[in-house]
Amino acid sequence: MSRPAQTPDGPGVKAADPVVLGLDGLDALITKLSESGYEVKGPVSRGGAVVPGSISGVDDLPAGVHDEQSPGGYRLAQGDDGRLFAWAVGPGSWKGEFFPAHQEVWRARASDEAIEFTEAAREAAPLAIVGARPCEFRALEVLDRVLKDGAYRDPRYADRREAAFVAVVECASPASTCFCTSMGTGPGIEGGFDLALTEIDDEGGHRFVVRVGSEDGSEMLDSVPSTKADAGDLEARARVLEGAAANMGRHLQTEGLAGLLARNMDHPRWSDVGERCLSCGNCTLVCPTCFCSDVHDTTDISGESSRARVWSSCFDLDHSYLHGGAVRASCSSRYRQWMTHKLSTWWDQFDTSGCVGCGRCVTWCPVGIDITEEAAFIAASDGATRVSPPSTRGGS
Amino acid sequence: MSSTSNSDVRPTLAVWKFASCDGCQLSLLDCEQELLALTGAVRIAHFTEMSRATVSGPYDISLVEGSITTPDDVERIKEVRANSRHLVTIGACAASGGIQALRNFVEPGSYASAVYAHPEYLETLETSTPISAHVAVDYELHGCPIDRHQLLEVLLAFLAGRRPVVAGHSVCQECKARSTVCLLVSDKTACLGPVTRAGCGALCPSVARGCFGCFGPSDCANVASLTARLRLLGSSDGELDRLLQTFNAAAPAFRSAVGVGRAAAVSLGQSRSPSHEGAER
Repeated sequence: MSRPAQTPDGPGVKAADPVVLGLDGLDALITKLSESGYEVKGPVSRGGAVVPGSISGVDDLPAGVHDEQSPGGYRLAQGDDGRLFAWAVGPGSWKGEFFPAHQEVWRARASDEAIEFTEAAREAAPLAIVGARPCEFRALEVLDRVLKDGAYRDPRYADRREAAFVAVVECASPASTCFCTSMGTGPGIEGGFDLALTEIDDEGGHRFVVRVGSEDGSEMLDSVPSTKADAGDLEARARVLEGAAANMGRHLQTEGLAGLLARNMDHPRWSDVGERCLSCGNCTLVCPTCFCSDVHDTTDISGESSRARVWSSCFDLDHSYLHGGAVRASCSSRYRQWMTHKLSTWWDQFDTSGCVGCGRCVTWCPVGIDITEEAAFIAASDGATRVSPPSTRGGS
Repeated sequence: MSSTSNSDVRPTLAVWKFASCDGCQLSLLDCEQELLALTGAVRIAHFTEMSRATVSGPYDISLVEGSITTPDDVERIKEVRANSRHLVTIGACAASGGIQALRNFVEPGSYASAVYAHPEYLETLETSTPISAHVAVDYELHGCPIDRHQLLEVLLAFLAGRRPVVAGHSVCQECKARSTVCLLVSDKTACLGPVTRAGCGALCPSVARGCFGCFGPSDCANVASLTARLRLLGSSDGELDRLLQTFNAAAPAFRSAVGVGRAAAVSLGQSRSPSHEGAER
C-alpha cells in the first residue's frame, strides 16, 4: 500500500528506525498480516524451484534451499543451514499474482430484449507478499507504469496492486544469471516498499534487519516482537549487500544501450540469434515485466459468452497477425522485437528500462540465450549490417 | 437421433474414419457432460462409433479422422469433401499422416512384410499422407488424441460463426500458465515442449514427463536448435530421432530434424522389427 511512514508520537521504538526480528518475529509478522485480512504469499520450494505460494508461517519458507543457475539451467540444492532466502529468483514472478495467465473479464447472455453483461468476480482478499526481491519489486513498479499509472489503466491489476502489501527481502545470493546491479534494481532497496528485510546469519545469530517504508508497514510491525537495530546489525546488512553485489553473475552495459540497439536493427547478430531462438515464448512468460496479453471471446453451448484476458507473447505468430499474415514471421524479427523493446523502445514508451536484471530470461531459455551476451556482442560490433537485405518475412 | 424430420433446422455433423485408431472420434463421446446439449445444437447425422443409424448427406460439418493409406481412401476422401460444407480434420493422423507415416521413410513394403504373414493380400499405398494432401481442409485440429475441449471449442465456434480459440504456440506457454517448472531447464529432461503445439494443457510435463510432441510442431517450431541443445544435454542421435518419429513423424518440421543416418539404421536386417522397437519405448 506504501503510504509514506510517519513517526508515531508514542513511546518505544520509532517506526522509521530499523528493527531486528528473529524467526519468531517473522512468523508473528506473517500471522499479523493474515489476521489483518491479507492473503499472504511468499517464496516456497515446489516442483524443483522456488516459486510464489501461499504461506502461513516461517515453516512454509524454503529453509536451507540454495540454487544453481546458468543459461538454460536451474537446480536446487538442500543445505543444512536454516537460511530462508539464500536463493535467487525462480521461474515464477509476482507478476502472475496481479496479472494472471488467464483472467475472465466478463460474461454475457443474450435474451430477446437485450444482452446482459456480468463482470467476473475478483479476488476477495488483498495480497500480502513476504519475500519479493528488490528486482521483483522494481519490476512491479515497471508494470505499474504500463497497467496502472499510464493512459490505459487495467482496473483489475490496479486495484489489486494498490491494495497489496509488500515486504521485500534484500538479496544476499544472486545467481550467475543475475545483473540487477547493472540495472540499478538491487541487491538492496531504498523506498517504495512497505517493509524491507535483510536476512543475516552470522555470529550475532539468524535474524532480519527490517526497515519500514510505509504506514501500513509500521502498523503491521507494531505488535510483532522486535528489538531496535544496533550499529552492528546495520553493518551486517551492509556486508550482505556488498557481498551480493560482488557476486553478481552478469553485467549489462546500459550506458547508451537504447541508442545502440535502435541504430543496429540490421545487425547480423539478429539472424544469428534467430537461428538459436526456439520462439517458445519462455523468456516473455518468466519476465516480470512482459505484459502482452490477448483477448479471447468464447461462447458456450448454453448461449452464454465470455471474455478473458490471457497472457500472450511476442514470440507467437498470432501476436503480430494483421490482415494477410504475421508482420514478424521470422524468428530473428521476433527476438529483435522482444529485446529492443525491453532495452530500447521501452524507454520511449514508458521512460524506464523494461528490464530489471533478474536474469530469468537467461536461466529459463531452454537453449540458454543470454540477453547480456547478445547486447555485448552488438555493442562490440556496432554498425555491422547484414550481407543480405533485412527481411521480416519467412525463414529465420 | 436418426430422425429425418424435415423441420429439423440443426446443422448436420458427420464423423469419418480413415487410417486411425478411433481415439480422436471417441473424444466426441468423451464430451459426456456437454454431449446432450451438443446434440440439441447439432444433428449427429453420421457417426458409426455412436449409432448405426445414419442420415445421408450433404453435411454441414464433417470431422475427418485418420490418414490416407489405401487407393480406396483416396477416392473416399473426395466423396466426403464433396458432401461437406466444412471439413475439419481431427488428430495427428489426419494432420500429418500419423505413426503409420513411419513407412514413408523406409523401403516400400518392408514394414508390411515384417508384420503380416501374407502381405500380398494388402492393398495399400506406399505412403501415409495427411488429408490436406488430397482435398481442401477448412480447419485442422491437432493432437494424438485431440483434446475434447478443443473439439468442443471448434464446434461451438462453428455454431456461433466465430473463429475458434485454439493456440498455435508452444506447450511451454501452457506449462508457464499452470506454473509447471520447466523440466528441460531444471532437470535436463528431453522435452519437445518448446517446439510442440499447445492444446493438451501441458499434461505430460505436469506429471514430470517430457513432452513427446503428440500435438505436432508449433507455428514457429525451431526443431534444429532444440535437438542441438538436447544433444548437448546428453541425448543420443538415436534417442532424438525416436523422440521426433512418433505420431507426427511426417510433419515437415519434425521430419526435417531427423538425422540423415536414421533411414539406414531402420533397415529391417539390423533390428528385428521396427514395430517391436516402437513397442519397447
